[in-house]
Amino acid sequence: HTHLNYKLGLTLQNRTSEALTPAAAARDEFQEELVIRPLHSGDIYASFQFRTLWDTDFLQEGQKVSHYRLFPKSLGQVLSKFSVRELHISFTQGFWRTMQWGQPFIPSPPGAELWVWFHDTVSDVDGNWKELTNVLSGIFCASLNFIDLTNTVQPSASFKPLGLGNATDHRFLRYATLPREIVCTENLTPWKKLLPCGSKAGLAVLLKSEKLFHSSFHSQAVHIRPVCQDEQCTSKAWELRQTLNVVFDLYTAGQGKKEWSLFKMFSRTLTEACPLATSSKVYVDITDNPELSPATPLLSQAVVLGDRRTYSVFDLTRAETFGQLRSLNLLLRWKGDGEMLRPLLHAERYVAGFGLQTGEIHTVIYNNHPYRAFPVLLMDSVPWYLQLYIHTLTVTSKSRDNKPSYIHYQPAKDRHRPHLLEMLIQLPPHSMTEVTVQFERALLKWTEYTPDPNHGFYVGSSVVSALVPSMVAMNTNFTQDQPLFSSFVPVKEESSYFVRVYTEPLLVNLPTPDFSMPYNVICLTCTVVAVGYGSFYNLLTRTFQVDEPSLPLAKRLANLIRRIRGVPLLT
Amino acid sequence: MGLLSDPSRRKVLTGLLTRLNTPICIVCYLAGIVWFMGLAFEPFTLRTYMSENAMGSTMVSSGERALSLAKEFDAHKRQAYDGMPVEWLVKAMQSRGLEVFTQSFSRKLPFPDENKERYMVRGTNVYGILRAPRAPRTEALVISAPCSPGDSNNQAVGLLLALAQYFRNQVYWAKDIIFLVNEHDLMGTQAWLEAYHHTNITGMEYSPLQGRAGSIQAALSLELSSDVITSLDLILEGLNGQLPNLDLANLFYAFCQKLGVLCTIQGKLQRNDWDTAEGYTHAAQTMMLMVLKQACGRSWGDHGLFLRYHIEAASVRGINSFRHYKTDAATIGRLLEGMVRKLNNLLERLHQSYFFYLLPSLSRFVSIGCYMLAFGLLVVILLLRALDLWVHLGAPALAAVEGVTEAQQPSGPGVLTVLTPVVISHLTGVALYLLPVHLQEMAVEHFPVSETEAVVLTAVAIYTAGLALPHNTQRLLSGEGTEQGWKVLKLTALLYLAVLLGCTALINFSLGFILAVTLVPITASMTPHMPKALSALVMVLLSPAFTVLYCVFIYQELIEAPVSVSEGWMLFLSVISQGILDHALYGSLVYPLLALFIYPCWLMFWNILFWS
Repeated sequence: HTHLNYKLGLTLQNRTSEALTPAAAARDEFQEELVIRPLHSGDIYASFQFRTLWDTDFLQEGQKVSHYRLFPKSLGQVLSKFSVRELHISFTQGFWRTMQWGQPFIPSPPGAELWVWFHDTVSDVDGNWKELTNVLSGIFCASLNFIDLTNTVQPSASFKPLGLGNATDHRFLRYATLPREIVCTENLTPWKKLLPCGSKAGLAVLLKSEKLFHSSFHSQAVHIRPVCQDEQCTSKAWELRQTLNVVFDLYTAGQGKKEWSLFKMFSRTLTEACPLATSSKVYVDITDNPELSPATPLLSQAVVLGDRRTYSVFDLTRAETFGQLRSLNLLLRWKGDGEMLRPLLHAERYVAGFGLQTGEIHTVIYNNHPYRAFPVLLMDSVPWYLQLYIHTLTVTSKSRDNKPSYIHYQPAKDRHRPHLLEMLIQLPPHSMTEVTVQFERALLKWTEYTPDPNHGFYVGSSVVSALVPSMVAMNTNFTQDQPLFSSFVPVKEESSYFVRVYTEPLLVNLPTPDFSMPYNVICLTCTVVAVGYGSFYNLLTRTFQVDEPSLPLAKRLANLIRRIRGVPLLT
Repeated sequence: MGLLSDPSRRKVLTGLLTRLNTPICIVCYLAGIVWFMGLAFEPFTLRTYMSENAMGSTMVSSGERALSLAKEFDAHKRQAYDGMPVEWLVKAMQSRGLEVFTQSFSRKLPFPDENKERYMVRGTNVYGILRAPRAPRTEALVISAPCSPGDSNNQAVGLLLALAQYFRNQVYWAKDIIFLVNEHDLMGTQAWLEAYHHTNITGMEYSPLQGRAGSIQAALSLELSSDVITSLDLILEGLNGQLPNLDLANLFYAFCQKLGVLCTIQGKLQRNDWDTAEGYTHAAQTMMLMVLKQACGRSWGDHGLFLRYHIEAASVRGINSFRHYKTDAATIGRLLEGMVRKLNNLLERLHQSYFFYLLPSLSRFVSIGCYMLAFGLLVVILLLRALDLWVHLGAPALAAVEGVTEAQQPSGPGVLTVLTPVVISHLTGVALYLLPVHLQEMAVEHFPVSETEAVVLTAVAIYTAGLALPHNTQRLLSGEGTEQGWKVLKLTALLYLAVLLGCTALINFSLGFILAVTLVPITASMTPHMPKALSALVMVLLSPAFTVLYCVFIYQELIEAPVSVSEGWMLFLSVISQGILDHALYGSLVYPLLALFIYPCWLMFWNILFWS
């Protein structure tokens, strides 16, 4: 593979250097998109995507790219300096409620998640990783600098590159999560600054932090990967996707009425597209027939996450979208009584047991498909201070032992490396699979406790990755008006789709000393050492003799006189 | 350490200890009792204060929908033939925007519970989770209301639903809030907690939970049985005498003060006249009630079972007496909202304040550092007596070393002479622990009694039979019981009792203290040379079973419901059956402790009395 990669790299290098020598600026383009989807729970889901494509390659040897147009220079420099092949970073506040909301477009775990594929020419991956996390920490105003070797893992199967190139050597992959990271406006502002129009025009005007953080779920992410420039895929381009997903709680803000408008959601309306954007669109999911105004004739159908959805499309680059008021304020009103498509894959996790010595981590994975079994990859990264007893690992489905077909386990090293457990598990149809493993809680050194040790310690989400059979393929009651020719053979091109499900992080209490005690402890220890040790040492080393009982004072005085007189002494 | 290396000074000290042993012991005993009684005296106690900084001030406001919801719940409960209206509750919670789940459980009791009239228990818990916005499901608070038969707790469920509705519209939640309505009071809570933590300590059958919300930080249990109340009572005593963090009590007290609600502990209001005799008696009564309740090791409310899982929990019970001033449900709602909001603000688990305390009133507390001294003074008697015996046992041996002939040295008692009574006593203890429940069927066949009576009477019979066991086995082994024999046995028994009481008091001070008060005098003074009949009577009157009986009478006296002797006896029997049931159902350890350790230890002293 490396050989192949090397050859491919060479040819790419030749071509792009040819293309770039005439000093013609590489082509770049920017697209923006907003998808609004009413959820069955009554909440409303808004997903922004901003995509910058740049037909250049800054990982080539001897090629210095210094002219940036749409692509943010801060990220470009970082990518070239640390030879990053692919970078995915997400900041999430809240937990995606799969059973209420269905699958998200872009899944992410609570807190911060960062995974990076380095170029295979990098010799010191750990060093690069360390520096990269520190730089990103500065760029995004986040505590990414807390990522170190104790919470970094190299998953062998769960995180494959999403872009061009078929790197499989997981030595060049680093994955880390910070489940405790809190996401706020200070993370949003630098994220917005990466956009070509900033938050001045286009869809980004809607990103007002006072509304975005008044929601049930907030997640922002940056994904950078190499993609093909054209269909022949002869040369590489870089893609930067900035995504922001937010779920608004209709209940608390709308007083129970299922009615929403752009203005209510974001306290802004849309007036124009970003002038730098080649495409700027708003999609509204109208599959469940909400009342939408203004109506638009443009409809689009797509199979998203195994479900066929219908969208109304508003093209912001066209003037008629905004109507006479010169502003677009979408108004949604719906009953939302339709049945939700039950998510086929769903996982949750909890700590069992009580007391501060041992415990058990339970990961429960549900396959809700009525008749299809499918395999999932489960990845667990557990900090070293939970000492896993890997011999107690059990996987049970339908109360029967379910032997994983692939297990990759890397034990932890105290204070150096976390546990990494990856398993390929076959989920029987319509079943609940439970993975349990027992652990013992370690005693930390007193400087290793966080400032709030009684809050507990976090264990990051486990990741379930799977190719899930599509519901569209499963759909056998042809009540919807589909062309007959399309429905005879039920299996279609989109017969399965990729899903990544994150479980909730865990909060585990470790045995914690009373930190007001050190003074007492020091005093007590010193006393015990001084008194106890001293006298015991004395007792053990001394040789005992029965000594003469000393004479009374009168006799001693008498002896003194007798000695002077030279008379024999009294005894 | 000069004492250890200098034989002459050591001799002086031991001489002093043996010579003054009895006076020192008597002084220690009296000092222990006086110290304990002094704990209730206000100048000696500390004022309670909020230790947790995170529970700063909060604004509070709440709605008044609770009463109509309570009525609706009542109507649906009647439709469900006094059971739990599961469907209605699920709908009611769902319509308030909670994620609702149910859990069914069943349990066959070891023998019928006559107090609560149940044997085969089958029930359903309904709980709804209010998900906090932008929170990753790692922390939760629990508000529970038991759904009990009759109309005794409908208002609590109504208030719970009203709170759920109000809380759902607020934006400030940082922890998920679980609203739990549990059937069959403690058994429902037990089933729910065991399922939540995936443990099974007591062999209950339950269905697994579908929804969770991370680690539970604190819990409040509501008990309200009327629309208006005059005062709120706070119940803290949990399983095995565990108590929640004192900050939880402080929080309750602070909000009662703020909202002007009368609040009580042990059903007693607090008085300000500590310098009068009545004021002191009142405080002492309150503290004694707490000691008695804690000592019996049962959970006095639904909250008690949470404590095992390191969840700080308390029960709040509304009391409607004839007092003129009434508080309505809206005020209680505000109070609970305030408490939950402060708990929601917690950054860490409650840990700043005390976990071991006694409360003479809601605003005063006695910390472990103070009350342990009373217990220490009692236990030191056992150690002094043991030291005395040790010196006496050692003295002839010392003389023999100095003496000329070794033939005169009395041979030490064989291991068997001491071991046999110890083993026999403990086997009796095992019989007392195991047989009552296992022999109930046989007893019911042969005697005209119910299962519960059979269990209790078997226990009493075994207890009494233990006194008549052939305790003088050493006569079979070595002919005559020697002087040294009983001394070694007593030394062993004294140290055993001291360790036993010490360990008990560390976990449950009240239990350890009550046992020490009755057991220490007889164990310290018992020898075979005392008048047999009189000392046997004293020993029986101060035996563990009689201690329980006295506690029953004192408790009834303190709650101002004195009972006659026969009623007291019936209560005593029901206390035994409840103790056995608590052990089987919730894992309370008082019955096994008494049966397996304290009673055999007492039997060893009984053995010494009849040593010959």
